[in-house]
Amino acid sequence: MDYRLNFDAVWRDFDLLLSGLGLGLSLAVVSIFIGSFIGLLAAFAMISKNNLWRRIAVFYVTAIRNTPILVLIFFTFFALPQLGLRLGKIESFVFTLTIYSGAYLTEVFRGGLVALPVGLREAGLAIGLTEWGTKIWVIIPVMIRSVLPALSNNFISLFKDTSLAAAIAVPELTFYARQINVNTFRVIESWAVASLMYVSACYLIAAGLRLLERKLAIP
Amino acid sequence: MANPLMVIENLHKKFDKMEVLKGVDLTINTSDVVSIIGSSGSGKTTLLRCVNLLEEFHEGRILIDGEEIGYTKKNDKRHRLSSSILAQHRALTGMVFQTFNLFPHLTALKNVTLGLRKVKRMKKEEAIETARHWLNRVGLLNWQDHHPGQLSGGQQQRVAIARAIAMNPKLMLFDEVTSALDPELVNEVLSVIKDLADDGMTMLLVTHEMHFAYDVSTTVIFMNEGKIGEQGPPSELFQNPKSQRLAEFIKNSTF
Repeated sequence: MDYRLNFDAVWRDFDLLLSGLGLGLSLAVVSIFIGSFIGLLAAFAMISKNNLWRRIAVFYVTAIRNTPILVLIFFTFFALPQLGLRLGKIESFVFTLTIYSGAYLTEVFRGGLVALPVGLREAGLAIGLTEWGTKIWVIIPVMIRSVLPALSNNFISLFKDTSLAAAIAVPELTFYARQINVNTFRVIESWAVASLMYVSACYLIAAGLRLLERKLAIP
Repeated sequence: MANPLMVIENLHKKFDKMEVLKGVDLTINTSDVVSIIGSSGSGKTTLLRCVNLLEEFHEGRILIDGEEIGYTKKNDKRHRLSSSILAQHRALTGMVFQTFNLFPHLTALKNVTLGLRKVKRMKKEEAIETARHWLNRVGLLNWQDHHPGQLSGGQQQRVAIARAIAMNPKLMLFDEVTSALDPELVNEVLSVIKDLADDGMTMLLVTHEMHFAYDVSTTVIFMNEGKIGEQGPPSELFQNPKSQRLAEFIKNSTF
């Protein structure tokens, strides 16, 4: 075996890799942001007394969590157009990751909600807040703090899932790494650099979320 | 005599098939301090929670200042009102819980201002001023920036009282507010309540502190098996109980 490392080709296109990382981060942020709202609503639906809401939420979470994300990506991108819903590849991927993160975050939020003391909701109602007011000003702020560690894990995991967007040619980090690999045959270099970039990004996200955790911690 | 502040008529409440309130009638006038005593399971706390609309009830009416709260009749059918109207009705009363139930993520000050801002829609400065006034009344102005987790049980309960009374309710409800406290912290909370009673605040309290009930109440109610067993001024009830049940209950209580 005679392989000499040469990173020149990778550095030449490093700005492509960076732009890919940037796109991946943006995809993750947008999807997780919208997915969090879906997750919150579905979590409340899951613990609600209303049978219909509960069933819809359970169906959603079960269906999405038991389908591989790559299948969901292909389904949205290839199958939905057949049904008349044609999305660009970026929109299509954001749609998939949003639905996907919503399902995972539902479980995180639901766990947080059932762990809250009953008295919290009653105290909110007792000062004259409505059910929704109590959720917004009391229940959600307290619950979010308790699930932040679990939330961080999910955020990082969902960010890494953006690498699968390469499968439908969304120009993110994995897509460019493969392009450099194919064009230059610098196999080890391109994938090593891409891996390091994922690791650094995840590390920074984790550090940022830990900082947030500490800032929001309830004394 | 002026119109009563609150009237409870024929209140019935069931948990599944178990009837815990079996027709309670009660009238409270402004500045009355009414203590409810009775053994556990007699329906004391449930009665209080019905008044705060935290429990649904199946029959009867509760009127505050002549207006029925919680329910309305449409085509002869009884309906529970919508969440936003229930919230308005709940704001007529202030509730203090056995387990304090402060908002753990907010400072003492913000525990009090939350309702003022979001329910009363007060301006920030006015809300802070009101909250500081009441925190001062319960002796906790110096603790306004502490979170509930940094306060003792007695202090938490006093913040909870400030939070409820700052909303300017017509009637304060106290649900065994000293039961979860260490014995040495009970008095600081009771003296705050006594202070408010002396000020003319109308109150309905569920309590196990017989001495306190004797001292502070204008009326004492003995609940027995979901009904009001006896009712009267504290001296009459404690010194001349009419029923065997009440006599036994008083004998077995610590003063």
